[in-house]
Amino acid sequence: MNLLTLTILLPLVGVLALAIAPRENTKNIKLIALGSSVITLISSLLMLTKYKFGVQGFQLVSSHSWFKVFNINYAVGIDGLALVLILLTTVLVPIVVVGGWNEAENGRWSVKTFYILILVLETFMVAVFAATDVFLFYVIFEAMLVPVYFLIGGFGRGDRGAAALKFLLYSLFGGLLMLAAVIGIFVISVHQGHASFDVTQLSHLKISHNTQDWLFLGFFIAFAIKAPLFPFHTWLPAAARSATPGTSILVLGVLDKVGTYGMIRFCLALFPEATKTFAPYIIVLALISIIYGAFLAIGQKDLNSLIAFTSISHFGFIVLGIFALTSQGITGASLYMVNHGFSTAALFLVGGWMIERRNSTQVADFGGLQRITPVMAWSFFIAGLSALALPGLSSFVSEFLVLLGTFTRYPAAAVVGTLGIILAALYVLILVQRALHGPLQEGNEDTPDLNLREKIAIAPVIVALVVLGFYPKPAIHTINPMTSQVLSQVHVSDPTPLAGK
Amino acid sequence: MLSTPALNYNLLAPILIVLGGALLGVLVEGFVARAYRARLQIIIALLTVATAFGWVISIRAAVSQTAAIDSVSTDAAGTFLQGTILVLAFVALLFFTQNDHFAPQASALPGSSEEKEATLSGVQMTEIYPLVLFAISGMLLFPVAHDLITLFVALEVLSIPLYIITGLARRRRLLSQEAALKYFLLGAYSSAFFLFGGAFLYGFSGSLSLGTIRTAAQTPGANHIFLFLGLIFVSVGLLFKVGAVPFHSWTPDVYQGAPTPVTGFMAACTKVAAFGAMFRIFVVAFGAIQSDWRPVFVAIATVTMAGGAIAAISQRDVKRTLAYSSITHAGFLLSGVIALSQIGLTSMLFYLVAYGFATIGAFGIVTLVRDSTGEVNDLNRWAGLAKKSPLVATAFSLFLLSFGGVPLTAGFIAKFSIFTAAYDSGNIAIVVVGVLSSAIALFFYLRVILIMFFKEPTDETVTVAVPSFMVSAGIGICFIATLVLGVYPDLVFNLLRLPTLLVP
Repeated sequence: MNLLTLTILLPLVGVLALAIAPRENTKNIKLIALGSSVITLISSLLMLTKYKFGVQGFQLVSSHSWFKVFNINYAVGIDGLALVLILLTTVLVPIVVVGGWNEAENGRWSVKTFYILILVLETFMVAVFAATDVFLFYVIFEAMLVPVYFLIGGFGRGDRGAAALKFLLYSLFGGLLMLAAVIGIFVISVHQGHASFDVTQLSHLKISHNTQDWLFLGFFIAFAIKAPLFPFHTWLPAAARSATPGTSILVLGVLDKVGTYGMIRFCLALFPEATKTFAPYIIVLALISIIYGAFLAIGQKDLNSLIAFTSISHFGFIVLGIFALTSQGITGASLYMVNHGFSTAALFLVGGWMIERRNSTQVADFGGLQRITPVMAWSFFIAGLSALALPGLSSFVSEFLVLLGTFTRYPAAAVVGTLGIILAALYVLILVQRALHGPLQEGNEDTPDLNLREKIAIAPVIVALVVLGFYPKPAIHTINPMTSQVLSQVHVSDPTPLAGK
Repeated sequence: MLSTPALNYNLLAPILIVLGGALLGVLVEGFVARAYRARLQIIIALLTVATAFGWVISIRAAVSQTAAIDSVSTDAAGTFLQGTILVLAFVALLFFTQNDHFAPQASALPGSSEEKEATLSGVQMTEIYPLVLFAISGMLLFPVAHDLITLFVALEVLSIPLYIITGLARRRRLLSQEAALKYFLLGAYSSAFFLFGGAFLYGFSGSLSLGTIRTAAQTPGANHIFLFLGLIFVSVGLLFKVGAVPFHSWTPDVYQGAPTPVTGFMAACTKVAAFGAMFRIFVVAFGAIQSDWRPVFVAIATVTMAGGAIAAISQRDVKRTLAYSSITHAGFLLSGVIALSQIGLTSMLFYLVAYGFATIGAFGIVTLVRDSTGEVNDLNRWAGLAKKSPLVATAFSLFLLSFGGVPLTAGFIAKFSIFTAAYDSGNIAIVVVGVLSSAIALFFYLRVILIMFFKEPTDETVTVAVPSFMVSAGIGICFIATLVLGVYPDLVFNLLRLPTLLVP
């Protein structure tokens, strides 16, 4: 079996094992979930040995006929971008299992259900990045919402049912718009003589300007809701407030990347003319996201909402990089997707532990933790620093690349975007000051520091943040061929540097 | 010397078998002791349907033939529709076997001492089984009928038994009888419209055969006024049967009032038969003048999709919600008819299968959710159902997700292919409105899931009856079909990959 398909299916093996495991022995269930996600991680790492770096196009491809009438195939394959995002997924899932060891205990349903949902979600998340058939991508794009719906609604806190419904309705609405566009591009391929859903073949279609615009919007709005970009973001804070930390990590760290990934893979590659038409407007939206997300983050009193709004700001950067249509911009944005995955994971992990210990989500309730729980506080501090893109931590590299790439085409946008960095410093440092420093809040005196399990969970994330900060070259090298391929599909080249003008 | 025409009994056999089964059922009513009737009737009904289905399979190879002097045409689409109706009817009949859905004595006045007595005796009317078989025989004839008289006869044979069994609910008798009366009156009017239209078409073409009407319509210089009048009136009759806006107003009342197993049967099988007939009439008789009627039908389809979805939002009764959702689905199915292409037909047929299984399954589950006084249809009282019975709640959610067209369910493939057919035929407006109505429809499907899974059970929350083997089998079949057709739709589409599906 193809190694990629194997990686997609392995979590499902874990699901089968969980299904027959007795529901009372929760420790066993957690170990099965952990084991299955670790095996999946190993399988995905093995892909690195088969993958030829520095080569354009899809690799490890495999295709089986699925639905003949419409020439729909189970077609998978990975390029550099898909590879790094799949690795991000397979690394984060075991961390979520270890880090959120106890988070399923207080849910509406059994621990067993929680881990079945997590593993089903992992299969979908790997498959969605691997799909090279637009129909297959769409199916997974929509189907993965269902486990998340039940994860938020069944195991979250607060008004979880409403948050889950809001999440699902927003996403399904976007998905339906995308469905219309998917049907549109398929019918065009039928009329041009070759019915296909293959993303490479579809990129060769000749589509009129006007049609491109509409189809582009169908895809883009779906991805903008997913990403989430201003003004389609309003579901995110509600979801983040209600979801468990583990669910939040998977939703913000991986699931939302499907939006920005889709923009590169489908919007840019399939509709080059429309991309150029809409790029300036999208850049404006991205800038609004950056500034607006940051300002709202500064004002948040709830820790989870705060992290959610910082993410909106960061997704603004990613979208900015993509639609600047320069090689640094797209490479930077792709790298940003990975880095944001890790930095959000760190914030939600440590934030989740703080909330679990203190039984409150209010930032003000954590005051003075630095002295009581130094390891937890330092971990949170590092996560925060990575969110504000401190040089030496991974986000810095990607944010710098994005701004550099934007500057060569849209200098004004880059200047406004830079404001986002300053605001980021503000919201992170204010958060750290309120939550960790200052006078000790009543009730915090006996807060225990991180235990061994938690240290094991956070360590790989911090290592990733530091390593990708100091030595991002392998990741950039993996992503670069994809970037040049996409730029050639859009028929743009980097603008000549302004220096010397 | 007068020679008798060949009737080709072989091709008519499925219909005749079901009619025979129905007549046998009538005899059983007359000659078998009450104690044995119910069991015997169930066995006869199920065996009849199964035998007829076997026969349909055997005549699949004899496609594109006509029988009974060209008044019936058995082609791939026709046999597929007959097979679908029989399978769905078989599953629907499994839900009839619970012994407390039907009135003990239909003639007793609601609330009278006579009725109390009949109820206390613990019996229920078993005439329902032959009536259902009569309806099925009409449904089998409707989509293969090739002339207007046969169409009308089939329409009446399928409708009249349905009017009766709608009024046979054991509980809430008045509501049920009101529904039956409403259904009967409106149905009679619509049949009259259909007949009236048929008369105009006969006046126009001098023939009742669909093929001759087409030839006449293609003749240059013909005065089309009677053709259009005929088209309009025939369409009214058909649109009433499928429950399209603005001929839908009977749907919620009838769905709500009828005994729930009957509602499931009616909602699924009538739609299959009516859409099959509709496609045949419009392709064969009116295909040549499609540019004239298409805009009107595009309008009807869009209004039906949107209207059903919007009206469903405010419903609190699960049967009414499902009724409005079936109106929305009628709109989606109409877009397959409008496409008038091979792909339109194929998608419509798949849609009918997907919709049929989900509908029967969903109504089957409604029969299980009860309190001490019978079925509970108030959605607010379904709160926390998942805690009481996770399996039932999961199955119901799957059917709802399939209605909503969420991927990996049959409903998604159905919706995708029918929208593709609409887009392919150039009706992009339908795709856009269809997508928007799907979004609205999703809202109320998801709300039901939310109520079942995420609301805390209240004191008023209902219990779930322990389903009998038959009922579990019925729900199981619907569940598996919905899932399998969502993952592997070629199972059905492979049956339809033929050069000609429909005899012109």
